[in-house]
Amino acid sequence: MAYKRNIDRLPIIPADAKVQNVTCHYCIVGCGYKAYTWPLKKQGTTDSNWAGTDLSQQQGAETDAWYAPSMYNVVKQNGADVHLVIKPDVDCAVNGGLGSIRGARMAENRRSDVNGTQQQRLTEPMVWRYGTWQPTSWDDALDLVARVTARVIDKDKEDDLFVSMFDHGGSAGGYENTWGTGKLYFESMKVKHCRIHNRPAYNSEVHSTRDMGVDELNYAYEDYQLTDTIFLIGANPIETQTNLFLNHMVKGMQNGARVVVVDPRRTVSVDACEQVAGADNVLHLQINSGTDLSLFNALFTEIVAKGWIDADFIRGSTIDGDVAVAEDGAHPSALGSFEAAKAACHLSLDEAAEICGVAAADIAKAAAWIAEPKDGARRKCVTAYEKGIIWGNDNYRTIGALVNIALATGNIGREGGGVCRLGGHQEGYYRPSDAHVGRPAPYIDQLIIAGQGKVHHIWANDHYKTTLNAAEFKRVYNRRSNMVKEAMDARAGATREELIDAIVGAINAGGLFVVDVDIIHSQIGQAAHVILPAVESGEMNLTSMNGERRLRLVEKYMDGPGDSKPDCLIAAGIAQHLERVLREEGRTEYADQFKGYDWANEEDAFMDGYNKGNPEVTYDRLRAMGNNGVQEPVTGFADGKLVGTKRLYTDGRFTRHGREDGKALFCLGGWRGLQAPGKAQQKANHRFLINNGRANMNWQNWFLDQKNEFVMDRFPVPFIQINPEDMAELGLKPGDMVEVFNDVGATQALVYPERTARRNETFMIFGAPAGTQGNVVNAGTNELILPNYKQTWGNIRKISDAIPAAARVSYKSWEVEL
Amino acid sequence: MKCNRLVDSGRRQFLRGGILGVAGAAAAVALPAGQAQAQVQARAMVDYPSSKLANLADLVVDVPMDIGYPDADSPGILLKLGTRVEGGAGPDGDVVAYSVLCPHKGFYMSYHAPDKTLNCPGHFSRFDCEKGGQQVWGHATQNLPQFALRVDDKDDIYAEGADELIYGRLSNVLQG
Ligand code: SF4
Ligand code: FES
Repeated sequence: MAYKRNIDRLPIIPADAKVQNVTCHYCIVGCGYKAYTWPLKKQGTTDSNWAGTDLSQQQGAETDAWYAPSMYNVVKQNGADVHLVIKPDVDCAVNGGLGSIRGARMAENRRSDVNGTQQQRLTEPMVWRYGTWQPTSWDDALDLVARVTARVIDKDKEDDLFVSMFDHGGSAGGYENTWGTGKLYFESMKVKHCRIHNRPAYNSEVHSTRDMGVDELNYAYEDYQLTDTIFLIGANPIETQTNLFLNHMVKGMQNGARVVVVDPRRTVSVDACEQVAGADNVLHLQINSGTDLSLFNALFTEIVAKGWIDADFIRGSTIDGDVAVAEDGAHPSALGSFEAAKAACHLSLDEAAEICGVAAADIAKAAAWIAEPKDGARRKCVTAYEKGIIWGNDNYRTIGALVNIALATGNIGREGGGVCRLGGHQEGYYRPSDAHVGRPAPYIDQLIIAGQGKVHHIWANDHYKTTLNAAEFKRVYNRRSNMVKEAMDARAGATREELIDAIVGAINAGGLFVVDVDIIHSQIGQAAHVILPAVESGEMNLTSMNGERRLRLVEKYMDGPGDSKPDCLIAAGIAQHLERVLREEGRTEYADQFKGYDWANEEDAFMDGYNKGNPEVTYDRLRAMGNNGVQEPVTGFADGKLVGTKRLYTDGRFTRHGREDGKALFCLGGWRGLQAPGKAQQKANHRFLINNGRANMNWQNWFLDQKNEFVMDRFPVPFIQINPEDMAELGLKPGDMVEVFNDVGATQALVYPERTARRNETFMIFGAPAGTQGNVVNAGTNELILPNYKQTWGNIRKISDAIPAAARVSYKSWEVEL
Repeated sequence: MKCNRLVDSGRRQFLRGGILGVAGAAAAVALPAGQAQAQVQARAMVDYPSSKLANLADLVVDVPMDIGYPDADSPGILLKLGTRVEGGAGPDGDVVAYSVLCPHKGFYMSYHAPDKTLNCPGHFSRFDCEKGGQQVWGHATQNLPQFALRVDDKDDIYAEGADELIYGRLSNVLQG
């Protein structure tokens, strides 16, 4: 039987409940919500309540006067238990009152001592003592961190400190926290050996579009409603940008937009588009995995050949001449003029059809849908891409080839246009320059495997779940961190000085000292020696921007668990303790670098960072802008409101590459097969494509959902979708446990039959707490260390019948039947 | 087939089957004693009416009967699946009843007999009638409210409770 809460009534929000602005912190879309809080011993009634509605009556569809049990909890606010309801905001332009299966569970996924939810949240600092983690004070934990770290770094010698740090907004990221960590590691220090939460290096996921002058978030969500064609590549928006799809893309289709989808897999988004627009208005180009570049170059070639280009735009907004940036170690493709791109990217429809497996006629049809002028004017086309190509073959050239099409057709900076990544988390990046990291950036996870690094500071990263070559990484990481644990265990009862000496001895023998800052005890956290508890959005005030650069302030509506703190204040604490320790050691000049962290709260960190670069933007002003916020960049403050920018590049000047002439560049990258090392060979030697990605239910919040019964009931273990005929050949039943294995490792998953899956092409859930897909992803990246998770091949064998939890699961198709 | 898209606007007369009778408070909902007590204390569960929905003889496999439970404003279906399922009522263990208001935004859902699912025209969520209303895919943050059924010795079928909050009401049994 399916999991049921057996909650058949909820406390009613009273009319005088406190209301706080909330932007959902789970995904990039950043839907507006309202958090209502009120004292525990009080409640509204059916005739006197927050909604001013008679709640003794059944409410109709889409009512604002209802909330689900998942939107309710009891939490602490200023030390007192209060009722909490977090429900979608009908007045927010982003979501218009829609919740999603993730965001509408925000309240339930808060820690509650009364209801027992999210007891996995960390509540106090812990250090490794007597063979396990022992709770301790912040001062004790930070002193240990500072003393060990100070032993491996010195002025201009910081390469032995490795740092993994989130760079996103939302969740526990945001401008406050990226600034706190950024100031510590990029201003007080110049740490070069660092990486980002979901990839093994500190790099952009979209270098090429930026090098071409085009920021990856350049449109407004309303462009989907104004456009003629929605062009989706390697993206599955109904699942991973849910309310962008439901509240904007659906309306666009209802307004008559057609849809072109490029994806080797028939996703639920394809089905939903067909439901809304009609199958005749949806063109799904089901390419061979990793061949996007050939398709885009053929589309570009066809569009140019047909003359469906915007010559004025090309003349006015892109460079003349030939090659402007040569191909080199930092540029996997040359960049240059439109004419140069015509030559470099030339690929006929037939050649592309041969490579990507889509009929030439369909490529031609897509070109027409994207670019053929409509009623004598520009056909509006909005282009959106995400991990299918970001984490796919030949990232730099592939994204560049896509941006080429938008540039050639003048579809950037104009209504109904834009060429954008859809995004994962929200954004909230404000840090000192990272230029010292270099390009290509160091491949951190491979350096750790190779024995480099002595101290590792981790900020809400879990390499164990989200790295490639994960099996080897875990083996080495466990061994190296265990060396330090054993050294600490052997010195139980020793003084602090003796303990530090023991730790440093183990480090110098090849060990790794690990400091993990997170909201839960993560998998890589099992290897940590110091664990520091952080808070999330809503447990602190937090600013972030969404996929259309919409900046909002989430108002703190509850206390963080126990003694947990905002990351920015934890970073400040590390800086202050480093300063103190360095001063004690007489390293005065170096100690001085760690001054400037006397922040009392997250607002101080915001003012120290983001506000310095954007002096118009303050907490008070953002609070007043509510859930609709302001779209960045903020250009002023007038009539009591922040003035923003609806879409970028409306003046036709492209600046992301830093060129003073404001001219965009084209990417001159030809097709070159499966580019990353080992991929072609892996494909040749294994039967199944192990495509991988996210699922609606738990993407972006799986770390919390591993303790959410509603989610774990549906997907108790990660699934792999397989074509039923392939299942029959392998002797598999729904729910069976299989092992997926190849040349680099193995992992396991639950078999989910999927009739729309192509033969020999499976889809596995990425980033699962159990059954790490990264175990079977080889170490191969592109030249700029962008991981290539998507192109993975392996074999499959049954290892177990369905476990009892799997027997409760429905194995029916995800496609709606209306 | 596609006429089901109109289900949200065209199905106002959902009470075809209707409530045939209300037999007072639910004394007989079959919960294990300890669990029942714990839930009463922890959740102050509301008292559900025991409502006669139909007789087993009225049901045809895979043809859902429209019902209203706990009252006429809460539309649902009573369904004979044809195969025994966990939580199914009746001698064949195959009779189930669910709310048909999608717990996402409250649109009326329609039954798709070939795979025994309820499907939402609002934003395409779907629920498995053979798995206790588990959401197969969708936007709702709960599985579908299922109505507890009791079949008496005359084969009359009574609904006597629900296991999730029904869309559009903050108390499954309206109070006021
Ligand atoms: S679509 Fe994204 S931002 Fe919106 S509610 Fe869902 S998870 Fe939150
Ligand atoms: S109302 Fe059913 S999916 Fe939204």
